[in-house]
Amino acid sequence: MDELTKMVRDYVIKEYLEEGDEREVTETTPLISGGIVDSFSMVSLKRFLERKCSIKIPDDDATPQAFDTVQSIVALVRRFQQVPV
Amino acid sequence: MRNLPSYEELLSGLSWSLAERELGYQPGEPLNIGWMCSDRICRLGQADKLALIWEDYLGNEKRFTFDDLRVLSNTIASFLVELGIQPGERVCLFLDRVPELYIGFVGILKTGAVAQPLFSAFGDESLFVRLADAKTSAIITQKKHLHKVRKIREELPELRHIIVVDAGDSPLQAREVAFRMEQAPRVENFAVYPTTAESPSVLHYTSGTTGQPKGAQHVHYSIVSQYLTAKIVLDLRPDDTYWCNADPGWVTGTSYGIVGPWSNGITQVVLDSGFNAERWYEFLAKRRVTVWYSAPTAIRLLMKEGTDLPRKHDLSSLRYLASVGEPLNGEAVIWSEEAFGKPFHDTFWQTETGSIVITNFPGMPIKPGSMGKPFPGITATVLNPRTYEPVSQPGVAGLIALRPGWPSQFRYYWRNEAGFQAKFKNGWYLCGDRASLDADGYFWFMGRDDDVINTGGHLVGPFEIESALLEHPAVYESAAVAKPDPVNMEVVKAYVTLKRGYEPSPDLELEIMNRIRKRLSPLAMPQEIEFVDSLPKTRSGKIVRRILRCKEFHEPVGDLSTVMNE
Repeated sequence: MDELTKMVRDYVIKEYLEEGDEREVTETTPLISGGIVDSFSMVSLKRFLERKCSIKIPDDDATPQAFDTVQSIVALVRRFQQVPV
Repeated sequence: MRNLPSYEELLSGLSWSLAERELGYQPGEPLNIGWMCSDRICRLGQADKLALIWEDYLGNEKRFTFDDLRVLSNTIASFLVELGIQPGERVCLFLDRVPELYIGFVGILKTGAVAQPLFSAFGDESLFVRLADAKTSAIITQKKHLHKVRKIREELPELRHIIVVDAGDSPLQAREVAFRMEQAPRVENFAVYPTTAESPSVLHYTSGTTGQPKGAQHVHYSIVSQYLTAKIVLDLRPDDTYWCNADPGWVTGTSYGIVGPWSNGITQVVLDSGFNAERWYEFLAKRRVTVWYSAPTAIRLLMKEGTDLPRKHDLSSLRYLASVGEPLNGEAVIWSEEAFGKPFHDTFWQTETGSIVITNFPGMPIKPGSMGKPFPGITATVLNPRTYEPVSQPGVAGLIALRPGWPSQFRYYWRNEAGFQAKFKNGWYLCGDRASLDADGYFWFMGRDDDVINTGGHLVGPFEIESALLEHPAVYESAAVAKPDPVNMEVVKAYVTLKRGYEPSPDLELEIMNRIRKRLSPLAMPQEIEFVDSLPKTRSGKIVRRILRCKEFHEPVGDLSTVMNE
């Protein structure tokens, strides 16, 4: 697991997984459809990624699909890391 | 052939007594929603008909017939009675959309206790406020939410029982008890408590401008409105497969996610999953959903994905679409015609009304963007905000008001008589929303009449958010207001002044956001925090949210004569 993936996964576990939720969060665990992150909470996750990765994610790209797994989030971040902020 | 053909015929031929007759209810006799939704349907010869098809986000499925619903709700009711739960006591349902939530609701009502459903995404502070106010006796929850209950239970002396539906081998603590609905011995016969029409049934909490959330108390007679509106407005028919997106933590999820369909003997499907457009279309197609009751926020999220995605799925089973929670914009109605070949019908109502009161009916011409017309049996108007007399001219804004007395009207706010009385003026119930009426009698929504924030169809009170903000060590003062949002209609924005020694920063903003999300709920989390040097106040020191709200909506702020620092 690369550093970015680990950072996203660890943050999701720390901030969004309910304390009593025993699910293992992997790179492909459904976050939005699995009820771990909801569409409102996505805003704080987006804000975290923008801060940590020095990127700007346009609202139109911050869709529930794009945030549905750690893997898709990492892909989204990588896409915008190539775009000058 | 729809259940009734035109608005004019509805107006002339419909009365609440029709619902009483169809439900087999004689005024003065016992009336119990739990029995009506389960035992009664079985007695009508539909015991083997499916009541619920439940699916989780992984595709796991469970099926329950009306006889299962009858027996399993008996089982839960019997368990509660053995614990010592008495009629009238509040039993909270704090669950994700698992079968125990739906069946548990029916079971609680059978005991004569009051069902108090709460949204499972609530944080411990939101949960505490509502359980403490209601003096709740028992809470039914899941292992994953138990930590929130454990954090607050020492401050809740009335909370005698914490019932965990999936405890497994997990060690339980004092006052906690395991209950596995499907493994428990099935109770074939249970003596349903003989509640009457005016016995309390459901306690739903709703937010206001001032103070903490208020508990709107409903009674068993509300089934009369819920049965009839589900049948007529949602056009439910015996062979339908019905999907209501709403979570039973909110009133739509109980009135039309439990009572409305099941009192009509309708099969409903539930998807225990967060939003995912592809998944939703798959579900609609797989379950051959015929009637779909959704919300503008969900529709606008689907709109973002375009019309190609729904066309990849066979959605030909869909017959009727309706929406609730906030005004349905005209673009969404037009989009749904393109995507599904039929429009979403807007419905307007709220926690206190208990059932749909203004709506676009099947068979009625839709004016995209309009709320529609009053349900027959409901007298609705817009009132002049100064005189509280009906506005006579079309197109003039006023307060949406209803003549009290419909069956599902809330009976009181729990332990809040002053708040209850404030909702009535000049013989009208005030909804707290503004609208205008056109020359054809259609209502056009204009916005809230107070500082309450309608986000994603849910009302969030500024006071609750501001109180939680002030608990942060860096926050000196705060104001929570609505900010327009293309998907959720409104979102929460907070204006914050900081204590000496603290500096605004993106990290601090994120920290405060996450804190509110965990303490209250994701809905209440400010989507933006603006750090300011001071907040607008009256000479007496009261923060004037109106000015901040107007700034967000680019509206004129009006009279500023009482404001000190603007």
